[in-house]
Formats: sequence, structure tokens, C-alpha cells
Amino acid sequence: MEYAVEIKNLSKDYETGFWKKKRVRALDDLTLNVRPGQIFGFLGGNGAGKTTTIKTLMRLQFPTAGTATILGHDISDVQMHRRIGYCPENPYFYDYLTARELMEYFGELFGYDPTTRKKKCEDLLTAVGLQEKDWKRQLRKYSKGMLQRVGLAQSLINDPEVVFMDEPMSGLDPVGRLEVRELIAGLRDKGTTVFMSTHILSDIEALCDEVAILRNGKLAASGNLQELLLQSEQNRALEVNVQGVSADAIREQIEFIAGAVISPKPSGVSIQILDESDLAAVLEISRNSGGKLVSVHPVKQSLEELFVKETEG
Amino acid sequence: MNVLSIAKNAFREAVRDRILYNLILFVLLITASAIFLGELTAGQEARVIVNLGLSSVLLFGAFIAIFVGVSLVWKEIEKRTVYSIFAKPIGRGEFIVGKYLGLCSTLLLNVLVMGIGVTLALVYVGGSAMIAGLWGAVFLIFLELTVVTAVAIMFSSFSTPALSALLTFFVFLIGHFSASLLDLATSMGSKAAIGFFTFIYYLLPNLSNFSFITNSANGQSPPAALLGGAFVYAVVYDIILITITVAIFSRRNFK
Repeated sequence: MEYAVEIKNLSKDYETGFWKKKRVRALDDLTLNVRPGQIFGFLGGNGAGKTTTIKTLMRLQFPTAGTATILGHDISDVQMHRRIGYCPENPYFYDYLTARELMEYFGELFGYDPTTRKKKCEDLLTAVGLQEKDWKRQLRKYSKGMLQRVGLAQSLINDPEVVFMDEPMSGLDPVGRLEVRELIAGLRDKGTTVFMSTHILSDIEALCDEVAILRNGKLAASGNLQELLLQSEQNRALEVNVQGVSADAIREQIEFIAGAVISPKPSGVSIQILDESDLAAVLEISRNSGGKLVSVHPVKQSLEELFVKETEG
Repeated sequence: MNVLSIAKNAFREAVRDRILYNLILFVLLITASAIFLGELTAGQEARVIVNLGLSSVLLFGAFIAIFVGVSLVWKEIEKRTVYSIFAKPIGRGEFIVGKYLGLCSTLLLNVLVMGIGVTLALVYVGGSAMIAGLWGAVFLIFLELTVVTAVAIMFSSFSTPALSALLTFFVFLIGHFSASLLDLATSMGSKAAIGFFTFIYYLLPNLSNFSFITNSANGQSPPAALLGGAFVYAVVYDIILITITVAIFSRRNFK
């Protein structure tokens, strides 16, 4: 199996209005593949189609067109769901149950015997950082962050091979986020594929191997995160750091290089050039002015810049 | 197996939502009847207790079947609890059948406890001879409630709870007078009217098949053929309604 998740030309239309029904395309011809064992970041602004995609994969909605498979099985295959987990956005559970009862109930749905259920339930509630004294409280008395932790725990009850997480950090405090980050990283170490949608870009940068960015239901960009950050036009720019020379000393000499920008630094200057072919000239000017080359590296845009660029077009 | 787990949880939900609190009201009603009716209905205490008791079992049960039945599935969609359920290896059919059986178990417990209450009241007023007939009628009421529940769930699979409750109430009402529909049809002049009322007669459940309250109050016990026929009728009707519900629910998108 080459891909853990394979989405082909997936589209989803919603009908709006009461009398005059109007069709709105929430997802437009999405094609996407996720390799096994990686953490895949699914990005996009509000209403971009992230949750629609995940809901369609979870068979909560039926696609208007296209197909999708998880672990090589069509998404309509109920038995395939034995091998996957899902943590919905702002998870809602039976609030008359306690966390332990909910976990036991979900364990029962996977056919585990009482002893296994009990052990899994205790291990997972501990792993997501819920204190034992809270396990016997009804979920209606839980805070948003605590519900989020229960949501994560229940999504792992069956040791899934692929787990889908829709905004898994939502409602968590900084410590909680760090703990969940570690939990997700731990899943990758175990070989679990994680398909994660989030708005928190630092989490994506810290965790994800590959990402896809959605814009208005369409795929705007996808691929290896580091490669994406280097891909754009801006990323062909180079930054040359030189010591022992002042900005004023070389400003006039490099004026003829189109697009070059000089910025003073505490012990020298930083020169940014747009084209690699100008590098030799910059190095020569720096050397002739008595400067010492410290580093030359490509200018990497931040994920935030990439996100803004791809989501706003 | 999954159906049983879902049914068990639906039962637990009904209990925790204090649905069974209606039993307290019922016990008070029956106790008061047993104590005070002797003074009001000279020599007819047992008959009145059976009449009042069984009518209450039916009305309390119908109330639960309609109002809990219509919100059973709707609440899961509104509260988005279905999201976590359908991400697990649960078919939509299993879910509907499980929820239905869960509410039927609640109703069964309800009618059993109420039946015991009426039995104790009967013993208190010296009407033990009527107990067999009473339990036959209780069984028929339970069968009727399973049909009402199936109707409520079916309506709620495509409509709002308020409208579903109203429609189910109409079915409950018309179902008790469906024999009159045939009489009405035959007394009509136009063929269209005859056709319409005959169609309604066959479409809606004939709930008078389960009516044995008056007979039970007169000391009669339902014959086995009546019980067997009503059982088969209820099971067939329930299966048809639940199949329709599953067919509708299986096509639903959860936004």
C-alpha cells in the first residue's frame, strides 16, 4: 500500500436556501495522497474545506464527485473504520457519561473485552493528561480543554493505523498543547499516520512532514513542508552575511545589482540578493572592502508567509 | 453486538435523563386510587383500578414513546455525538436499530413497573382474579408502544422534533380509530373518497389491535390467538418502519 490516504478528484456541494435552492461548492476536485507513517498537516483559512474533507472521509457526508480510500479501502467500507481514529473539531460527547464510561462504551463498539477496555481506557486518559479524579465526573462538567483531551483519547482507543484530527489543539492551554504535540509525535514514532487539520502554524512546523493548503475548496499547494517553504520566487533569494565591513562602505558598490538589499548588523552587514548569479559579484565586493564572509544561505519564508500567500491567492 | 451496546447506552441515557421519574407520579396515582376509590365506586374498585391503571400505562408510555422517540436520533445529530460514533465501525442501520431497542427497553421497564403497581393495587382491593387479564393487556400496550416508537423515529429521520411529535400523535390518535376509517369509507359516495380512506386505513397502524383495556377491566383475559396475532402484527410493522427509517437515515449528510 503506497498511500495511507488517497483522495481523487473529491468534490462536495451543499444546497442552501429554502425555496430557491442554490448549490455551493465546498470542496472542488481535491486530489491528495498521504504516505503511511507521516504527520500530514491540512491547512486553510476558515471555510476553505478542511472540515468538509475530513467529514467526507469519515462518511459523515457523501461526496458529490470523486473517490477516496483509507488504507486501501473505500471510505464507505464500515469495517475499515476498525483501523482508523477520528478526533472531531470541538468534540461533543454524551454529556451524561463520565470520561471512563465514554471510553468503555467506545471500546465496546470495537469489541474489546472488559479487561482490555479498562486498561486501554486508563492508559489513554492518563496519556492525554486527565487526572484520575476527573474520570468519574460527567462530561457535562468538563471544560473545553478537558473535552478536547477526551476527544484525543477516544480517537486512539483502537490503536488506529491512521488517525484524523480536526483542530486537535483547540481549547488547550500552552502546557496542554505541548503535551498533545508530544503525544502526536509519539504516534509517528509508533508508525501511526496522522492527518491533522489546524490553524496553529507553529504546531504544523513542529510536527508535520508534509502539508496541503486549501483555498476555497481547492488545493492551493501541497508537498514536503521544507520544500514548499523554499519553492516560491522569494525563496530563490540568498542572504550573504559579512563581518568587518560597514553598510555604508559597500552600499555604493552594490547599487548596480538589481534588487540587492543591505541591512546593517552588529558586526557587519547582511546582503540579500534575488539571483544566485549575483553572488560572485557580492562576494568580490565584500572581500575587496576588507570583509570576512560568514555565511551564505537561501532566504526561507516562514510558514505564516506561505500560508497567507496560498490562502489569499 | 454493536446494536446491543448502542441499545444499552440509549437505555442509560433515558435513565440519566430522568425519563423514569414518571413512575413516581404513576405510583402516587395508583396508590391514591386504591385508597380512595373504594369509597367512591361501591364494589367496582377493581374494575376502576384496572381501567385507570392501564389507561395511565398507555398514556404515560405513549408520551415517552412520542417525545423521547422523536428526539432520539435528532439529538445525536444536533449535539454532533454521531460524529464520533460513525467514525467507528458502526453502520447507520445498526445505530438506528440500537437506539430503537434502547428506547423499547426503557418502555418495557416502564410498563413492567407500572404493571406491578396496578397488580399490587388490585391485590389491595381484593381483585386478584383480574391479574391474568391485566398482564395480557400490559403486554398488548407494550407492543403498541413499540409501534408508536417506530413511527416517531421514522418521522424524526427526516423532520423536526416538533413536527415529528405532532405527526406521531396524529398516527397514534387515528390508529385507535382506524376501524372507523373503513366505516367512513364505505359510507362515502365518491370513489375517490372511498379509495383515500381505504388507503389511509391500510397505511396507518391499526392500534385497536392492541386495545384490551376495557375487556381486561371486565375480568377477561386476551386469548392466545389475539396475543400472537398482535405480536406478529407489531413485529412486522416495526420492521417495515425501521427499514424505512434506516433507508432515509443512510442517505443523510451531517453538516
